[in-house]
Amino acid sequence: MATEHAVTLATAGPIDQLLFGVYPYIALAVLAIGSIIRFDREQYTWRSSSSQLLRRKQLMWGSVLFHIGVLIIFVGHIVGLLTPLKAFELFRITHGTKQIMAMGVGGFAAVFALAGGLMLLHRRLFDPRIRKTSNFSDIAILTLLVVQLILGLATIPFSGQHLDGSEMVKFMTWAQRIFTLRPGAANHIADVHWLFKLHITLGLTIFLVFPFTRLVHMLSAPIWYLPRRGWQIVRTRRDLAARKAGGRS
Amino acid sequence: MSHTLDRLTFFRRKTETFSNKHGVMTDEDRSWEEAYRNRWRHDKIVRSTHGVNCTGSCSWKIYVKGGIVTWETQQTDYPRTRDDMPNHEPRGCSRGASYSWYLYSANRVKYPLIRARLLKMWRAARKTMAPVAAWRSIQDDKSKRDNYTAFRGLGGFVRADWDEVNEMITAANAHTIKKWGPDRIFGFSPIPAMSMVSYAAGARYLQLLGGVTGSFYDWYCDLPPASPQTWGEQTDVAESADWYNSGFLILWGSNVPQTRTPDAHFYTEARYKGVKSVVICPDYSEASKFSDVWLAAKQGTDAALGMAFGHIILKEYHRDRTVPYFRDYLRKYSDLPLLVRLEEQEDGYVPGQMLRASDFVGNMKEANNPEWKTVGLDEKTGKVVCPNGSIGFRWGDEGKWNLEERDSKGKDIELRLGLKGVEDDIAKVRFPYFANSASNGFASTDHPDVLNRNIPVKVMKMADGTMARVACIYDLMMANYGIDQGYGGEHIAKDYDDPQPYSPAWAEGITSVPRDQIIATARGFATNAEKTDGKSMVIIGAGMNHWYHMDMNYRAVINMLVMCGCIGQSGGGWSHYVGQEKLRPQTGWAPLAFATDWVRPPRQQNSTSFFYAHTDQYRYETVDVKEILSPTAPKDDWSGSFIDYNAKAERMGWLPSAPALKTNPLDLAADAKKAGMDPKDYVVQGLSDRSLEMSCMDPDDEANWPRNMFVWRSNLLGSSGKGHEYFLKHFLGTDHGIQGKELGDTGGDKPKDVKWHDEAPEGKLDLLVCIDFRMSTTAVYSDIVLPTATWYEKNDLNTSDMHPFIHPLGKAVDPAWESRSDWDIFKGLAKTFSEISSEVLGVEEDVVLTPIQHDTAGELAQASGVKDWYKGECEPIPGKTMPQISIVERDYSQIYDKFTSLGPLLEKVGNGGKGIGWDTKEDVANLRSLNGPVLKEGVSQGQPQINSAIDACETILMLAPETNGEVAVKAWKALEKQTGRKHAHLAEPKEDEKIRFRDIVAQPRKIISSPIWSGIESEHVSYNAGYTNVHELIPWRTLSGRQQLYQDHDWMRAFGEGFVVYKPPVDLKTTHVKGQKPNGNPEITLNFLTPHQKWGIHSTYSDNLLMLTLNRGGPVVWISETDAKRADLIDNDWVEVFNANGALTARAVVSQRIREGTVFMYHAQEKQVNTPGSEMTGKRGGIHNSVTRTILKPTHMIGGYAQLSYGFNYYGTVGSNRDEFIVIRKMNKVDWLDEPASRSEAAE
Repeated sequence: MATEHAVTLATAGPIDQLLFGVYPYIALAVLAIGSIIRFDREQYTWRSSSSQLLRRKQLMWGSVLFHIGVLIIFVGHIVGLLTPLKAFELFRITHGTKQIMAMGVGGFAAVFALAGGLMLLHRRLFDPRIRKTSNFSDIAILTLLVVQLILGLATIPFSGQHLDGSEMVKFMTWAQRIFTLRPGAANHIADVHWLFKLHITLGLTIFLVFPFTRLVHMLSAPIWYLPRRGWQIVRTRRDLAARKAGGRS
Repeated sequence: MSHTLDRLTFFRRKTETFSNKHGVMTDEDRSWEEAYRNRWRHDKIVRSTHGVNCTGSCSWKIYVKGGIVTWETQQTDYPRTRDDMPNHEPRGCSRGASYSWYLYSANRVKYPLIRARLLKMWRAARKTMAPVAAWRSIQDDKSKRDNYTAFRGLGGFVRADWDEVNEMITAANAHTIKKWGPDRIFGFSPIPAMSMVSYAAGARYLQLLGGVTGSFYDWYCDLPPASPQTWGEQTDVAESADWYNSGFLILWGSNVPQTRTPDAHFYTEARYKGVKSVVICPDYSEASKFSDVWLAAKQGTDAALGMAFGHIILKEYHRDRTVPYFRDYLRKYSDLPLLVRLEEQEDGYVPGQMLRASDFVGNMKEANNPEWKTVGLDEKTGKVVCPNGSIGFRWGDEGKWNLEERDSKGKDIELRLGLKGVEDDIAKVRFPYFANSASNGFASTDHPDVLNRNIPVKVMKMADGTMARVACIYDLMMANYGIDQGYGGEHIAKDYDDPQPYSPAWAEGITSVPRDQIIATARGFATNAEKTDGKSMVIIGAGMNHWYHMDMNYRAVINMLVMCGCIGQSGGGWSHYVGQEKLRPQTGWAPLAFATDWVRPPRQQNSTSFFYAHTDQYRYETVDVKEILSPTAPKDDWSGSFIDYNAKAERMGWLPSAPALKTNPLDLAADAKKAGMDPKDYVVQGLSDRSLEMSCMDPDDEANWPRNMFVWRSNLLGSSGKGHEYFLKHFLGTDHGIQGKELGDTGGDKPKDVKWHDEAPEGKLDLLVCIDFRMSTTAVYSDIVLPTATWYEKNDLNTSDMHPFIHPLGKAVDPAWESRSDWDIFKGLAKTFSEISSEVLGVEEDVVLTPIQHDTAGELAQASGVKDWYKGECEPIPGKTMPQISIVERDYSQIYDKFTSLGPLLEKVGNGGKGIGWDTKEDVANLRSLNGPVLKEGVSQGQPQINSAIDACETILMLAPETNGEVAVKAWKALEKQTGRKHAHLAEPKEDEKIRFRDIVAQPRKIISSPIWSGIESEHVSYNAGYTNVHELIPWRTLSGRQQLYQDHDWMRAFGEGFVVYKPPVDLKTTHVKGQKPNGNPEITLNFLTPHQKWGIHSTYSDNLLMLTLNRGGPVVWISETDAKRADLIDNDWVEVFNANGALTARAVVSQRIREGTVFMYHAQEKQVNTPGSEMTGKRGGIHNSVTRTILKPTHMIGGYAQLSYGFNYYGTVGSNRDEFIVIRKMNKVDWLDEPASRSEAAE
């Protein structure tokens, strides 16, 4: 607690309040409810809309680079932002170390993701066949992600000015307060550089549009193939639970 | 319940392993599987078929789901025929299976469309004027008329509503009737058998107005003129199941697996049964792989091959050895035993007319039609006898028109075949030879123009006192084929290796087929026929029939079949399958279609002559009559061009004329009244004193132009319109790609009798209305496009000659968007016309000219000599030496009432067909109670209603002998009176059967035997043409009543076609444009062949995405590897194909299976799909017909002479196209011309 209050709090203005106090709830609510509705009602649209069948060119390199980078960044953000501060104290990881780790790993992954993302964007815009079959959301979401990557990369020098990790703590506090529904979260990041604010706003916007785009395929990534036992899957109509209870019949 | 909640049961998810943990059993949700089940679920299945272009007539299941047609599959419920025959089903092919694509495709015509320019002017005019006046105001102002006619084909359609277009169309019709005459309204629709009611709807509307329906079978060149010439029958063929009964099958220019796909299984099954098969075609076709032997004959030389077959058969099976079956067959069923008078010519003789009873003193005691009764020599008595069955017995003698071996006095006779042994003298007879002057690289031999052969003759005293030399057709035939019976002659082959006409060695030189193969095929064919009593069959197709001299190809084949007794025997005979529709319930349909229940006669026109004249193709004629005249033609005036010959034929009542007279036929009756004369006499007098003129004498005068045209169920401009570019220029008046010059500019011989205008008219049509479900090439050139119901959206009837069943088109869903069925469209026009026409029309008298008709007593018109009243050679007598003239009353306010009810004429005068008539009161009464009587007051009150398309179907089914057993028995009994023999037994077992529309909706029904057709529907034999002629002794409807292998008409002899002979393809002289507009690539000349395709049925499906995907997605031409190398082409290159007629663009398919010297363009690939601009014309590349032009053949114009009398779609000029040569070269620049038309933009 002491650490938390060591920082002098600025007071967020109305715009900051709206963007970082209210907008996150809107974005997360749309993300959650929107995804549920779409999953329930529009099963056939729940897909990655891969264009691999139309043209493999540029897809393999672009897609692999992009996905590796983005996944690392995504996990990094989740872990970095939502791990309770106490956990770091427990493992004696200083904010400075964490900040440098975040800049290093994140920056490296971001370069990967950006290279892949640009290849994908180029392919989507300039391959006539892909362009013809793209709808607005396909182009928009890819553009958003690439811009977000650039913004994220652009924040690194500013983070570098706070190698003690003090800025990062602000974001962690903000994020954790948002998720724990505590008021005044926006105040914690009211005084950060506008580039961070832009990055966060855009990030929230990506959450907002998530259910309306192909991003939903994240939720259905077939990771359960990895631990799966057995080669043949039989989806039985029988009630397996009942059968267990009643023994073999 | 919820996919999300189901997923949240993660921790409760039960799994179980099995097979040593190789398998996992889970209880996860399976509802997604429903998606796959729903894909194939449907609400209902409706029976329908594909209703115009394809004559396959396959019954299909149409699947409907949520009010949408989803897909179709083949029906499999045809009734079994016999237990020793393979099933008919399944019938259908990939083309039909892709049809449902059209219903909801972008290509569907969804709303009535009209040219914006025309609509603007119309709306402006309609503000102040009544409909007809408004239309007149546009037509009378040349700038207004040009303002839309010159933009045809250049886009500019807008959506209109039905009321408005109906008003405009009917106003145009009414104005045309009033100003120019009803016979300036023309309708074109083909193949009624495939959707009879849809055809009937338009034809009925036109005929009630006094308009003209154009023929199609002859125009498509699918009509084999050899059939009417030989049998007096348009076309009658075996059903495909009968292939299975054969022992030897020749496929000659027919590609069964590709073009008769639903029937091809019978061919496969026949092969499994052990039937021998020879395939004759220039390319390695899909059929070739079925064969034991593939004879790769040079294209266009089929008659030469046929002559060699005939040479071998006559020598080995008739001269060297007598086959009793063959000999008896020839004696009883062919004209070979009959006698011909020889005419002196130079130092020898030429065969003249067949001898008639009238040539002998006392007419051989034949009082009735002695000049139409042919004679032969009796074997027993050695005397000349007049056997029953010739056409003279058909009209006026009761009970003697049969093929019994008797004369009219009832005396048994046995005709003698050939005069060898009883001759009085030997005569040197001159036979014409044409194969010494072939052009365009076809092989020539150095034989003289005339081949002299000696034959035995009798010397007989004629009625006029002269002593005539008389020959037997059998001997002439032998000599014609180069078979010497011991009398000698010139150029007679010593043996098969001697290259004299028409030996196998000679044929090898012409056709490139090795002589051994020719000999083996002829022997196989004849030996099989000998052992099986005629079960050798020839399946024949467009590859043979589309040549200018198709009659020669066909007659060479027919002769072989007759020589071997194959015609009329199940498993044997001639199977011509090209556009051969068979409207089985024809006599029930004809009154409905041609409105002969209300008015007679109908106006029917042969389209070939019509389009030749009215699209001004005659102005570009390149072939001179002299080039095709026989060297043995009598010294006479044979000058003039084809259009002169055609005009002569029209004047003499041989061919129909539409328009008929320069004067409006509605004015004539009034003019006659003024002059105090009978209108008939008035016309005759006017024509002879030249105060009246027939339209054919001046087709380019604006009074003689066709003014309104309806095209429905057809893609005239995208498919069958030979001389496409001439249509565009002269008929429509729009952009065109003609490269050649008119006769006026080339210095060629202009027509002699027909008036020449130095300035050719452009844009003759005031209004072109296209009725279609898809935006075809014709649609894009039309002024108004009406959206019609697809084949899955209407009720109709469908029959074919490929199988013996009748089945329906069914309305699976309502017509989509604003489309309507053809029946409803024309019913709507009839209604609007009746309402608006009173502005200019009332009760009018119409003078109708009709040609001398086959199968009527009138066909005994001009027994000998060709005499033209116009030249003062004879008196003009209607129906005898000139067209028949009839006066018809038309009340133009009653069109709708008449359209929607069955008129009283059927009860008054009965019904019938093909020369057989029967009373039909009972059938009309039955129909009245079935359809209900009209209650509304007026002309139709009390008549049976024909409101809906189903009513129309019931009308056809009730009136036709094929679908109403009672009528069938009546019809056979009517024929019994003529033949004096018993026939009713053929239908009596089915007398109580009446096939109704709902019956065929439930299952296809087998039709009932009727005398309208020459085969029978029976439990014992398959349908085979000529069966009743041979087995019931019903004569063929020819001069001699027999199969007529000798054609004795003056013109037949003059053009060297008395006997069959090989004539090389004609030289159309259109490739002189080669090198005139070079693009740097090599240009080579090839023969342009246009067979039926695999990816479409004519133009249908050629714009269907599914079928395009199976081919190259646009127009292609096929070329051999050798020619491709010469032209520096590789596969898939864009090429241009051009000649004087125009140009087309396509991709090249380079293939080993194509014969060097030919280029194949499977016909009717639509030009609105992926067709780039042409470097030659600067316009969009054309269709296959952009490089063709119609040419007429004088022998097809003959009329007023027994079987050579006119019948609609029965006889007349045909639109051949295979003699055409083209230049092909690689394109440098592929320009898609994708910008909007600048001309139209500027003018808008």
